Amino acid sequence: MLSPELGHYALALACVLAAIQGILPLMGARRRDVRLMALAPGLAIGQLIALLTSFLCLVYAAVTDDFSVQNIAANSAVSKPLLYKITGVWGNHEGSILLWALILGLCGAAVAAFGRNLPSALRARVIGVLGLVATGFELFCLTTSDPFARIWPAPMDGQGMNPLLQDPGLAFHPPILYTGYVGFAVPFAFAIAALLEGRVDAAWGRWVRPWAVAAWCFLTCGIAMGSWWSYYVLGWGGYWFWDPVENASLIPWLTGTALIHSAIVVEKREALKIWTVLLAIGTFSFSLSGTFLVRSGILNSVHAFANDPARGVFILGLLAVVIGGSLALFAYRAPSLTSGGLFAPVSREGALVLNNILLCSLCAVVLTGTMYPPFMSLLFDRTISVGKPFFDATTIPLALPLFIFMGFGPMLPWKRAQLWPILQKLWVAAVITAIACAIAAFRLSGVLPILCAAAAIWIIASTITDVVERVRLFRAPFATSVQRARMLPRAIIGTAIAHIGVGITVLGLSAMSQAQHKIVEVPIGTTEHLAGYDWTLTNVKQEPGPNYIAMVGTLEVRRNGHLITVMHPSKRSFNTQNQTTTDVAIHTNLLADLYGVLGDKHGPDNNPTYVLRLHYNPLAPWMWLGALVMAFGGALSLSDRRVRVGAPQRAKSSAEMSAAS
Amino acid sequence: MTRKTRRLWLVIACVACLGTAAALILRAFSSDIVFFVTPSQVMASPPPKDRTVKLGGMVVAGSVHRERRGETPVATFNVTDGQAAVTVHYEGILPDLFREGQSVVAIGTVQPSHDFTATEVLAKHDETYMPKEVAEALKKAGKWDPRFGPPPSADSWNKMTVQDARKNTATQPASN
Repeated sequence: MLSPELGHYALALACVLAAIQGILPLMGARRRDVRLMALAPGLAIGQLIALLTSFLCLVYAAVTDDFSVQNIAANSAVSKPLLYKITGVWGNHEGSILLWALILGLCGAAVAAFGRNLPSALRARVIGVLGLVATGFELFCLTTSDPFARIWPAPMDGQGMNPLLQDPGLAFHPPILYTGYVGFAVPFAFAIAALLEGRVDAAWGRWVRPWAVAAWCFLTCGIAMGSWWSYYVLGWGGYWFWDPVENASLIPWLTGTALIHSAIVVEKREALKIWTVLLAIGTFSFSLSGTFLVRSGILNSVHAFANDPARGVFILGLLAVVIGGSLALFAYRAPSLTSGGLFAPVSREGALVLNNILLCSLCAVVLTGTMYPPFMSLLFDRTISVGKPFFDATTIPLALPLFIFMGFGPMLPWKRAQLWPILQKLWVAAVITAIACAIAAFRLSGVLPILCAAAAIWIIASTITDVVERVRLFRAPFATSVQRARMLPRAIIGTAIAHIGVGITVLGLSAMSQAQHKIVEVPIGTTEHLAGYDWTLTNVKQEPGPNYIAMVGTLEVRRNGHLITVMHPSKRSFNTQNQTTTDVAIHTNLLADLYGVLGDKHGPDNNPTYVLRLHYNPLAPWMWLGALVMAFGGALSLSDRRVRVGAPQRAKSSAEMSAAS
Repeated sequence: MTRKTRRLWLVIACVACLGTAAALILRAFSSDIVFFVTPSQVMASPPPKDRTVKLGGMVVAGSVHRERRGETPVATFNVTDGQAAVTVHYEGILPDLFREGQSVVAIGTVQPSHDFTATEVLAKHDETYMPKEVAEALKKAGKWDPRFGPPPSADSWNKMTVQDARKNTATQPASN
């Protein structure tokens, strides 16, 4: 029943529904036709149902090994485990585009479902814009990357999936990352709707912010998962390679972070409106161009799925329409938006502006570093690459002031602030930071890692100071503090948690600059010393797996004679692809990772030697833990009562109205 | 504070941040950019000894030699673009996809003897995929023209002369 043809039909149906969704509600909003505007939610939900059907058909075809579908024949095999048959659906170009469209459909339906309290014209416009974007991508999917194309004759077995992608981390990484990317389509749609309406006010800021925060949480998790995947799958001991694909996710993350901060200023002070609209457009544009330029192989990258010129042309056209069109609309309508008042440099909004300037400078640096090599090769025919040294030298000096201002920015009051009283409150944090800096100088080498570690402690210490000040801990009776802590809005707790998350990540990053590693080639039974641990290779044996044969090593790690852990790094040979993968063994105690990689076997069979790579990665888990804490903080601030209750109404007396209802 | 001074503050902040960013980029561009070189370029005009470069080409079939210096594994192999070959020394684990006769990218420095000391060796994730830089280099070396079908068998790269390559590309369309 769930045949590929049904899936193909459902995709085409979704495309038509998206086109209608993109035209009628926008017309309705323009003509103030209530009936046309009322069509929007139904169409969005209909489109989602069609896309879900289509996606289910593809999953069904993958699970049932329907190799008459080209996409499945090329990327699956009978011997592949069920989990990877399902997740393999989005592990290739065609499937990932369908997933992309599905998530976009989900966003549209989410606006339809949760946006009931939006003014009908705004909701119709937002859903309409989402429909237009969806039309473009579903057309792209149908015309150049049809996931349901059949082949004849159908092969008996598929070609199998790249073994590197057969990993639970990567299985769930794309959907989360894509939700982050595509989630920024909603703030984008809000921005376009506001431009069409010619009106941005505090209420708009309040509506758009939760969507931006939600997308940001997913993007944060997605980036962290991707980094974690490359850490434990690629087996190079690295976590971030400044690869174009990684940068393509970092750039929208930076502008998205700027967006969720500038939207606060719109909400509270009705300022920075035009800038926020531009950021919303920019973030989605970066999400789109990043992923699609990379996926189309225009940027040379190890992650690129396809190098197909027809797709490239379609994508460039689509990007030109979406980005060019929205920027043209921005240029045309932005001057008509009333600009908010300017404000004092020393104030909460002043600090948020500084945050935006610094984040955008960072974004500009990463963008330059990413785009410079393709430009050089295009214009001057010189092949160059820009790697870690470049990004370290440029991003860290810009990030440091950001970290410093992060400390006291949230403590500044709105409108007009005095710097001195705030700094007085922060003396404890400053002392802790100074001590941390001294300890770091003793333990770490290199100026930038020391400064980063100190900055991380500063962020955490000053954020905690802020919360302590707010609940008047140590000043008021303890019961009063607890009472105040309970009354503290979730948004403030969320902000504090997210900022602490940044501190944790930065601390992990600076400690990781001191990671130690050692590459040796040893016979069984040898003991190696690294970072105070004794690593002994005691055994290596062959073990068959479902679709591979593994060479599994046994690595005993001792410290001062006590057994810490037994690790089993392995190397897998996949029969279908004639390919090997390295399976890293990691033992973590949350303060450091012991990381062992088994390499090639050399020498005669009766006395073989094995290549071993041993890493000691201090505070490595903190990098990803911090990202999770950031996302948790974002999610917590989403659950704030003010977001849910206050958001829907444009009128000033919104709180009373919803309390009464 | 007047409106004018407030605006001035904003402008100063923007200029300061973007100016710093631009300065950092320019400084990093002069020292931290890694150029891609082909084996023939290394032989003709080697880059300075302390400059990190990326060397790309095909691993010469039969040239891979692994040995053990103390407990450190050392791999030695030749990388060619069809016109010249450079010997690469690498201490460490060669990537899973490293094969003789297939493309490779090595990052490191060129020694005065024209030998290459690699700190990192990359083989692409997908074994059928040739890095764009390597393909370009081969094309420039006159070994392969993508208009005439897929690259010829990798084993023949190191032995093939320019004449052979011309002949190959000339005969290929006829055979297809």
